Amino acid sequence: MLKIENLHATVGGKGILKGLDLKIGPGEIHAIMGPNGSGKSTLSYVLSGREGYEVTEGTVTYQGRDLLAMEPEERAGAGIFLAFQYPVEIPGVPNTTFLREAVNAVRKYKGEPGLDPMAFMKVLRAKIKELQVPDDLIKRAVNAGFSGGEKKRNEILQMALLDPTLAILDETDSGLDIDALKTVADGVNAMRSPDRSVLVITHYQRLLDYIVPDHVHVLAHGRIVRSGGKELARELEKTGYAAFTGEAA
Amino acid sequence: MAANVETIEQVQATEKYKYGFVTDIESETAPKGLSEDIVRFISQKKNEPEWLLEWRLKAYRHWLTMPEPQWAHVVFPPLDYQDSYYYSAPKSKSDGPKSLEEVDPELLRTYEKLGIPLKEQEMLAGVAVDAVFDSVSVATTFKGKLEEQGIIFCPISEAVQNHPELVRKYLGSVVPAADNKHACLNSAVFTDGSFVYIPKGVRCPMELSTYFRINAANTGQFERTLLIADAGSYVSYLEGCTAPMRDENQLHAAVVELIALDDAEIKYSTVQNWYPGDENGVGGIYNFVTKRGACRGHNSKISWTQVETGSAITWKYPSCILQGDNSVGEFYSVAITNNMQQADTGTKMIHLGKNTRSRIISKGISAGRSQQTYRGLVKISPKAQGARNHTQCDSLLIGDTCGAHTVPYIECRNRGAVVEHEATTSKISEDQLFYCRQRGISQEDAVALVVNGFCREVLQQLPMEFAVEAQKLVGISLEGSVG
Amino acid sequence: MSEAVAASDILETYGAGAAPPASPALPWLESLRAGARARAAAAGLPTPRQETWKYTNLRPLEKLAFGTPSPGQIGAERLPSLLPQGQSARRLVFVNGRFNAGLSACADLPEGVRAGSLAEALDGGGGFDLAGHLGRIAGGEDQAMMDLNTALMSDGFFLHVEAGVQLDQPIEAIYLGAGQAFHPRGLIIMEENSRAIVVEHHDGLGGGAYFANHGCEISIGAQAQLRHYKVQAEADDAIHLANVRVKVEAGGIYDSFVLARGARLSRNEVSVRLEAPGAECHLNGIYMLRGDQHCDNTTTVEHLAPETSSREVFKGVLDDRSRGVFQGKIVVHKDAQKSDGHQLSKVLLLSDRAEMDAKPELEIYADDVKCSHGATAGDLDPDALFYLRARGIPEASARHMLIEAFLADTINNLAAEGLCPALMASVGHWLSDAATGEAP
Repeated sequence: MLKIENLHATVGGKGILKGLDLKIGPGEIHAIMGPNGSGKSTLSYVLSGREGYEVTEGTVTYQGRDLLAMEPEERAGAGIFLAFQYPVEIPGVPNTTFLREAVNAVRKYKGEPGLDPMAFMKVLRAKIKELQVPDDLIKRAVNAGFSGGEKKRNEILQMALLDPTLAILDETDSGLDIDALKTVADGVNAMRSPDRSVLVITHYQRLLDYIVPDHVHVLAHGRIVRSGGKELARELEKTGYAAFTGEAA
Repeated sequence: MAANVETIEQVQATEKYKYGFVTDIESETAPKGLSEDIVRFISQKKNEPEWLLEWRLKAYRHWLTMPEPQWAHVVFPPLDYQDSYYYSAPKSKSDGPKSLEEVDPELLRTYEKLGIPLKEQEMLAGVAVDAVFDSVSVATTFKGKLEEQGIIFCPISEAVQNHPELVRKYLGSVVPAADNKHACLNSAVFTDGSFVYIPKGVRCPMELSTYFRINAANTGQFERTLLIADAGSYVSYLEGCTAPMRDENQLHAAVVELIALDDAEIKYSTVQNWYPGDENGVGGIYNFVTKRGACRGHNSKISWTQVETGSAITWKYPSCILQGDNSVGEFYSVAITNNMQQADTGTKMIHLGKNTRSRIISKGISAGRSQQTYRGLVKISPKAQGARNHTQCDSLLIGDTCGAHTVPYIECRNRGAVVEHEATTSKISEDQLFYCRQRGISQEDAVALVVNGFCREVLQQLPMEFAVEAQKLVGISLEGSVG
Repeated sequence: MSEAVAASDILETYGAGAAPPASPALPWLESLRAGARARAAAAGLPTPRQETWKYTNLRPLEKLAFGTPSPGQIGAERLPSLLPQGQSARRLVFVNGRFNAGLSACADLPEGVRAGSLAEALDGGGGFDLAGHLGRIAGGEDQAMMDLNTALMSDGFFLHVEAGVQLDQPIEAIYLGAGQAFHPRGLIIMEENSRAIVVEHHDGLGGGAYFANHGCEISIGAQAQLRHYKVQAEADDAIHLANVRVKVEAGGIYDSFVLARGARLSRNEVSVRLEAPGAECHLNGIYMLRGDQHCDNTTTVEHLAPETSSREVFKGVLDDRSRGVFQGKIVVHKDAQKSDGHQLSKVLLLSDRAEMDAKPELEIYADDVKCSHGATAGDLDPDALFYLRARGIPEASARHMLIEAFLADTINNLAAEGLCPALMASVGHWLSDAATGEAP
């Protein structure tokens, strides 16, 4: 599914990722954990193609294609979904409009016909019911004035609608209370399937109690310094990152 | 779900300017150039009464002495007024068509290309269309239905014949002939336009609308619109423009006068997408328009909404004179300039009566190498006790080769007034664009989406059928603005 | 003199009492003056037909009947100051534009600081390259009055602070006028990483109507900072025009504050060029007017380099038939990416006959910018007034409290905190004058 080899990336001329390797197979859930500044968010932006994140070395192959050569929207069309750590507010654009634009754009990449407004509303209504998203969330402007929890729910709603092959959750747990965290996790778990992979990026082990990963990696100083099973997350919770960052230094 | 929410989704940025074609209809055209004889020729063609000819001639003589307005932030070579035609009319066999069947089929096809299914208008949208093709109105529908209520909606040339007392009373009463050089020219040579009178207490049952087109080569368009809402009446009027593609600059100097008497309300909406010229600034319309409404009566209201995406140069300040106590003026504007377009647009709110209120929301988007200016005046006279104004002007820049300027004038002479003005200028947000693209939306669609969001407060003011077109236009107008 | 002053007469009319001596030893100065003289004579006085003079008409100047130029006596103890009594150790006094050594005191200036009379600096040379600075700082809308100043300038406040020198104590420049036209020229040169505080006072000597036409050029070097505060309390029948031209280099800060309450007609034009990355300016002011007073604040900020910033807040209180004008222009040039400029004009109208005209302008040619402006005009907030009265405060006191509060935040935001109490006291005096002055 996704193969990252020797990835080096810079932001504003400063090296952040320094030789990262990672392989994610179909249906797998991987968690990347790491302290602040270890390069977690940089990885998610490099994978989604954000401007200003420059890859200086290494390759990223996604479903056999060179991911780095693709435009951000092509990557989305190919099934990569990034749940943003800080979802952007877009005043004046109704959430429904935005969601339908996105869904139809991604359908187009997949060679599927666009949904007309009626058909789309049907799909949307079903999804918000399933995910227990409050009705007014889709009527308001995209993320504008949303609380932290509402923004994260909106991300999960988008993920459910866009039906990605690889979902990257960037610090999705930050700013969530325990109930919201559970709702978000339920949404992700409900989407688990043999051909959908998930990359969970998080600082804390907490989220991994609800979204149980197959593999856990520790990121420090721009590299994966240790990989293991889900038990690694618990170990980290006890020992903290110091031991690992020390290892890496 | 609001209809606008739906329509915004129809933004498709793939259409090129689709109205670029010239219809071949034999015109009966006055000789090139401008003189007293031409003014007389026009007046004679229209079979006008003596007073109107005199009014035109007075305007013409004054026009000769007037300087070109210099203050706008626009640049263009001096106009050669003698190099234009001032009258052209589609040939008609008798006195003009009495029904759609009599209308030149070529003309009807033109409208179909423009997406105005004239024949279907009656059933579809409940809109009466007074279609102006070049300078002569050729078709008016729904007349019967409107007449039942005593509403007059006809070409102004017809109103001159049938309702001279109304025309004489109100023509030039809001925009005097000598107001500015462009309005003065219009007063001298206007050929046609719409006349609307809504009688006392009548709520116009449908949106009135007029589509203007410039067609014959080198024909300046000088529409004159006069709209009177008598006491307690209401009307919503739509004006939309498209123009065929051509390389020569065309002058368009229209005048619109609105009069709202006691408790009357006028809503005037415009979508303007005259041909803007090509990427290099060749061709395009010079759109020098004087639009002004007078809230003469107490509790009257005039609301201007405009979406300006076309024209090489736009020079336009739809204004309100708030004379009646408690009267309300509104100005909602979206202006988009791309490539080499120049726009200097805004409004004037003149508060004369007590407790008069005005609201200005202006959204300007500059892209390409265009220059755009918001220019506005809010004036509170000493007698406008309790007057209120709120102005919000936001500019969005796309690319680093365009300019966005804001020039408000605020003149307050009453302590009991409250005037508030806010303006911001910033670039289109990279974060918003990336967020959209990560969801699969293409760069161009993302720009259209974000800009439509930026303009939403204004687009919401448009009647539904215009909102659809306007939202599409936002996308089309910004094509190629983001590399 | 009901007829307009003919353009060619302008030098004669306003220069008779102030014509500068010829300076044969300084050919550059002669040529500078000659050029300005020619332009001033050709241009004449600005008129409201000119966009930047739209709201200010100089007709009162044309009609001005000058008083007696012989100054009354004033003791050093009566000189205005923003500093606590006895602490005004560094002051330069100019009477009708001429340096008055007797009233001035400028002891213990640190090494690397020259402060004094421009005329003396021109005479003595003083080891400073005046030719390289005087008349060199361009910009601004109001060229005509600046030209008139250049043509007729002979003296004024001169300050040169060498690189790295930081002056903590304010230097006060005190201008006193009586009965004639004068054209003082200020020049302030802040070298790299220097600091200074300059406080200007403008006051009358009691000799009747006069016309002060100030010009001032300020150069702020890299990382240097100038705090430039001005109290304009000219005589009631005086006319006060000032043109301040500033250029700011990388990382430099020009911080300006103007309190205007005097003169029947005044205009303060500040024009700042932010020429290098990180340059910054703050232009703030308050004005309090009554009777027939007219006060115009016109500012232009040119963002010429990336990452430059500007902040402006002007607040006015207008009573009686007074008229306030604010024209503020922010221009962001093509290369000045990541600049931000913010501007605010707020006015309280206390009378039905007062008038405020505001023209805040943005002219933006770069895309990655954040600019905004705001303007408001209105009476005191009736809710706030009622609240205070409901607590038993008499209406007049309640109004004063609210007016003070309205102006106070502009004053309290000043970087030189030590000067705030005296400025607030000036506001207080103006308000208490209202109680005894003309009824609104």
